[in-house]
Amino acid sequence: MPHHREVDTINRRSGIAFAFLTPNLLGFMVFTFLPVLAALGLSLYRWDLFHAPSFVGLRNFVELLGWYQEDGQIHANDPGFWKYLGNTLFLMMGIPVNMAAALFIALVLNQKIRGRVFFRTVFFLPTICTGVGVMLLWMWIYNPEFGLLNHLLSLVGVEGPSWLRSYAWAKPSIMIMGLWGAMGGTNMIIYLAGLQGIPPELYEAADIDGASSAAKFWYVTLPALTPTTFFIFITSVIGGFQGGFDAAYVMTRGGPDGATTTISYYIFEHAFQWFNMGYAATIAVVLFALVLLVTLVNWKFGGKRVQYV
Amino acid sequence: MFELSVPLRRRLAHGTSYVFLIVVGITMVAPLLWMLSTSLKSAQEDVLDPAQWLPAALNWSNYVEVWVEIDFARALLNSVLVTVAVTVGQVFTSSLAAFAFARLKFFGRDKIFLGYLATLMVPGAVTMIPVFILLRELHWINTYYALIIPAMFSAYGTFLLRQFFLSIPTELEEAAVLDGCSTFGIYRNVILPLSKPALSALAILTFMGSWRSFMWPLIVTHYQEMYTLPVALTAFQEMHTVQWTLLMAGSVIMILPMLVVFIVGQRFFIEGIRLGAVKG
Repeated sequence: MPHHREVDTINRRSGIAFAFLTPNLLGFMVFTFLPVLAALGLSLYRWDLFHAPSFVGLRNFVELLGWYQEDGQIHANDPGFWKYLGNTLFLMMGIPVNMAAALFIALVLNQKIRGRVFFRTVFFLPTICTGVGVMLLWMWIYNPEFGLLNHLLSLVGVEGPSWLRSYAWAKPSIMIMGLWGAMGGTNMIIYLAGLQGIPPELYEAADIDGASSAAKFWYVTLPALTPTTFFIFITSVIGGFQGGFDAAYVMTRGGPDGATTTISYYIFEHAFQWFNMGYAATIAVVLFALVLLVTLVNWKFGGKRVQYV
Repeated sequence: MFELSVPLRRRLAHGTSYVFLIVVGITMVAPLLWMLSTSLKSAQEDVLDPAQWLPAALNWSNYVEVWVEIDFARALLNSVLVTVAVTVGQVFTSSLAAFAFARLKFFGRDKIFLGYLATLMVPGAVTMIPVFILLRELHWINTYYALIIPAMFSAYGTFLLRQFFLSIPTELEEAAVLDGCSTFGIYRNVILPLSKPALSALAILTFMGSWRSFMWPLIVTHYQEMYTLPVALTAFQEMHTVQWTLLMAGSVIMILPMLVVFIVGQRFFIEGIRLGAVKG
């Protein structure tokens, strides 16, 4: 048994530690941890904020994910959800394009050339400016009558589409804006750091073997970058599932005809426009499950596929 | 077939690289310049010739008009107040907790830290609804409390700083303890001064995130007096969708502080991205 004084010291130390921890831990409990539990609970209720909540068990989940059969055809209980999930996945197809562009820029910038820092700064500008300001700018660029884009297209004799107002072009418009905003940004910086971390001996060995530039890229650079690529891909996918709210709200209000409504925008509509708090929480819980799934896949397979140098 | 000499080949490759970099650079910058140019055009000019890059005359009056029209001064004040409070709060609470996790021993430390890590992957949409309901019960909707307090605590910031604190050698602290330095003294006089790069990185990332934050202010503010810049701009756009000169002037004002912070703190910003990416 320890002496009393020792126990006192340990308790005192714990006390000091918790004094440091408390502000953050309190905020963390109240604004993150308990709300997660509350969201799980809320998904079992129907509640419009103004009347008493009523317990509905798993009926929200059946309403969201279930289907019924009519005239030999299968109909979703909530066709909107599947459509908006599809929209979200469609927008996520921009991720690989974005990553390829980021890698390419990083490769060019990783050479011994003058003005690297200058170009890096310039390429980062769109990422810095991201937000409502840039979205308004792109609404103006995409303006069918007076916008810059259709004007430039008309110079080469092409009649541009009506971009954000067109059902077919609304999603690609948002993806193009996303590509412009991100390809020289965070992912490029991470790739650049990854490239600088590749041991030069690997290239020296490849040189001795007489490898061409292309061979060095495929057999040295790309494998060595696998952990980086995997990290960027997973974080992008997790972000992608949750994304699209700001652009949908500011630029299109989720339209035309739901073409740009993503899961997060659908949650917002249910919670803060139609006051279906329980149903909104249900969609959020399903979104959480999707993100969790990606994270688990990451843990399970990430370690094996990744090539460490 | 002829072989190019090595220096010539290298110069050609560099030439191609420069052409590529310049083309990408123009693509990145041109829309931003167009925004600036539109913000200085007169209201008639902006719809005449979109590709006229230089306004006939510099209409600074757009900036005055946008300032008056949407109560811009108030929105700017709200944004500055909220961003500064959130940034200071987050760096302060995160650094205290990160110090406890990195340097102190206490009951359940690793389990609590694991809990922090686990919530990093929880989508904001999950916590948003219960937090909104809580704030509504507290009558905090349409107050600065709602804009500031929930954003003051960050598991990510705690994680980022803990990683950095762990990389600081402990010898200095041991010397400080021998000199009779208190635990808070170690935090204040040893760890914080040595962590300026990481603290700056977190501060810049938080500033950027808070300044452009849109969804949360949109949800918790319903009166114009409480709008932050992004919400005020969006509301303005809904009412005056054709006044692009004014909208672009407002956008320029919104973007300018982020550009300034980036240019001043670029080194720390890039460092922050790298710190965040190491978690793997």
